[in-house]
Amino acid sequence: MATLQLSNITKRFGDTEVIKGIDLEVNDREFVVFVGPSGCGKSTLMRMIAGLESASEGDIVIDGQRMNDVGPADRGLAMVFQSYALYPHMTVEGNMGFSMRLAGVPKEERRAKVLEAAKILQLEPLLDRKPKALSGGQRQRVAIGRAIVRNPSIFLFDEPLSNLDAALRVQMRIELARLHEELDATMIYVTHDQIEAMTMADKIVVLHDGVVEQVGSPMALYHHPRNRFVAGFIGSPKMNFFAVEQLAVSSDGVVVRLPGGRSCTVPVDGQQLADAEELELGIRPEHLLLDENGPLSGQIKVLERLGGQTSLYVQMDELLITIMADGDVAYRVNDTVRFGFSPERAHLFDAQGIALESLTQHPLAGLTRHDNRAPGQAAVHGAVSPGEQV
Amino acid sequence: MTTQRTSSAPPAVRSLPVKQLLLTLVGWSIALIIFFPILWMVLTGFKTETAAIADPSFIFSPTLESYQAVQARSGYARFAMNSVVVAFGSTFLALLIAIPSAYAMAFLPTKRTKGTLLWMLSTKMLPPVGVLVPIYLIFRDVGLLDTRTGLIIIYTLMNLPIVVWMLYTFFKDMPKDILEAGRMDGASTFQEVFFLLLPLTLPGIASTGLLSVILSWNEAFWSLNLTSSKAAPLTAYIASFSSPEGLFWAKLSAASTMAIAPILILGWMTQKQMVRGLTFGAVK
Ligand SMILES: Nc1ncnc2c1ncn2[C@@H]1O[C@H](COP(=O)(O)OP(=O)(O)O)[C@@H](O)[C@H]1O
Ligand SMILES: [Mg+2]
Repeated sequence: MATLQLSNITKRFGDTEVIKGIDLEVNDREFVVFVGPSGCGKSTLMRMIAGLESASEGDIVIDGQRMNDVGPADRGLAMVFQSYALYPHMTVEGNMGFSMRLAGVPKEERRAKVLEAAKILQLEPLLDRKPKALSGGQRQRVAIGRAIVRNPSIFLFDEPLSNLDAALRVQMRIELARLHEELDATMIYVTHDQIEAMTMADKIVVLHDGVVEQVGSPMALYHHPRNRFVAGFIGSPKMNFFAVEQLAVSSDGVVVRLPGGRSCTVPVDGQQLADAEELELGIRPEHLLLDENGPLSGQIKVLERLGGQTSLYVQMDELLITIMADGDVAYRVNDTVRFGFSPERAHLFDAQGIALESLTQHPLAGLTRHDNRAPGQAAVHGAVSPGEQV
Repeated sequence: MTTQRTSSAPPAVRSLPVKQLLLTLVGWSIALIIFFPILWMVLTGFKTETAAIADPSFIFSPTLESYQAVQARSGYARFAMNSVVVAFGSTFLALLIAIPSAYAMAFLPTKRTKGTLLWMLSTKMLPPVGVLVPIYLIFRDVGLLDTRTGLIIIYTLMNLPIVVWMLYTFFKDMPKDILEAGRMDGASTFQEVFFLLLPLTLPGIASTGLLSVILSWNEAFWSLNLTSSKAAPLTAYIASFSSPEGLFWAKLSAASTMAIAPILILGWMTQKQMVRGLTFGAVK
């Protein structure tokens, strides 16, 4: 059992408030990812959980016990640092066994535990090497091994993959997910990379300027972002935003006038909207569909062929819109294209940037990574219907 | 000291060979100019008194006359022993005090840390003679005059600002993450310092200690003023050759050579360690 509760966690460095009252629940065996742009306070939050930084306000509760005044080693946590922070003067075995050496564990027992962890991480042949003689990926594994050996109730990872090259990053991502299954541990993972967040998390916590913007499963964040920030941050390439004019509000949704003059009904709850409130429509690049009769049009400025897909960057008035199209589209730069979208794929944001609530819940929104792995338990209700097109 | 720093040629410049040649030439010239007085002193030590005051010449028949005279007069060994005890004792004490201080300043800085460091260093700008009388009186009253303990205390205080400053810069270069990882692994502050900080900054600590030994070894002002016979180190020994019997250049040179020889040899042996320590941050 390992749960974590944060309530009203606040951190000030001098006069600047870096973490602004965060409440959060982490459940047993959950893989939670803190994601947010650089400088939003992810590391600070994690360091407070670890005990390396004290909280200015609020409570940190692990397994029902308030931990604010407990030292970092006694919280039952282990942390993997972005820089790996291996002890350069010790061998791999020395690194992994250091905590036990400090605790006075006899040498034989130490060795056995280190070997056990080394086996999980395929580090056995490297036990006598110094960190200097290891590759980036191997160092990473040693850092993880050092954490495993401590047998923590919660693992903390601070951007552990950001020093690896792209191919290795994908590999380690898979390995970490496997490790999570194997160790049955609670893991908290910090990253600025939304792809890492989407692929590994059971629960994503989107942070921005020291506040939690949204907490939810990857699919929930993707399909039902709570505000413009989350909408723009989750998903790659970024969501497109258009200013639209509010025409009417009904029980079917909000009718808006699109750039170019045509109107469409977005199925969201607009009861709270003020008259003629400025609205913004958000549509992901993969949800824009090339269509000769589509309501929107623009000129292709850049065209990136990725093989399976083609990214079109389309100039629409002052806006540059991204469209993810089929790999085999025949368009060229400077061609004019028309495109549309299905209204239930669109998001509508009010003047404060808050998303209007969708009238229908996306069927996969409740899905977590665990559900992906255990078919039969997952709540998948058939495929997503594309719906009618405008 | 000076010899080793200059004897390594200036860094090779990748350009015209002529320019490189010139730079090498300049480097060697400076090295020779700095080294020359020491060379001359060593040579003079092997001359007779008459040859020493004759026209300067490199050609003479070397003799151990002066060394024998110096040996006969007073026990070199006793002075040397005092120098060793005082130099290493004060260095040990300075490191013992400076390591925790530098740790606090490097890893737990406050708003006033930078100011404190500068203030500490600024005490080195005060001429020591300014506090001679109060220190002399205090030493007299507590019975520290002409004791090794007294000299160790005064040298420790004298070197502390530089030792703290140097250790501070080495500690600052140490990645904080490693210490934090240690803390997560359950290390107490003492264990953190002992198992992680000290081994990883050893080159820096060694070169700091070496500098402290050298400064203490060469110190003359306090040793001349606070010691007379029992605790007098080698600097006092050299000085004793200059006054009472008039100036005997050859004997003075022989005594000086014997006084600086140990520290020169020590410096030469630890040259690699020194350079590594002084460039620690750059090559880590
Ligand atoms: N020790 C510190 N003193 C002052 N400001 C800090 C300190 N540590 C972090 N900050 C500030 O807090 C903010 C959040 O930092 P951090 O948690 O490292 O962000 P992230 O990990 O999300 O990139 C940054 O603006 C950073 O400058
Ligand atoms: Mg960070």
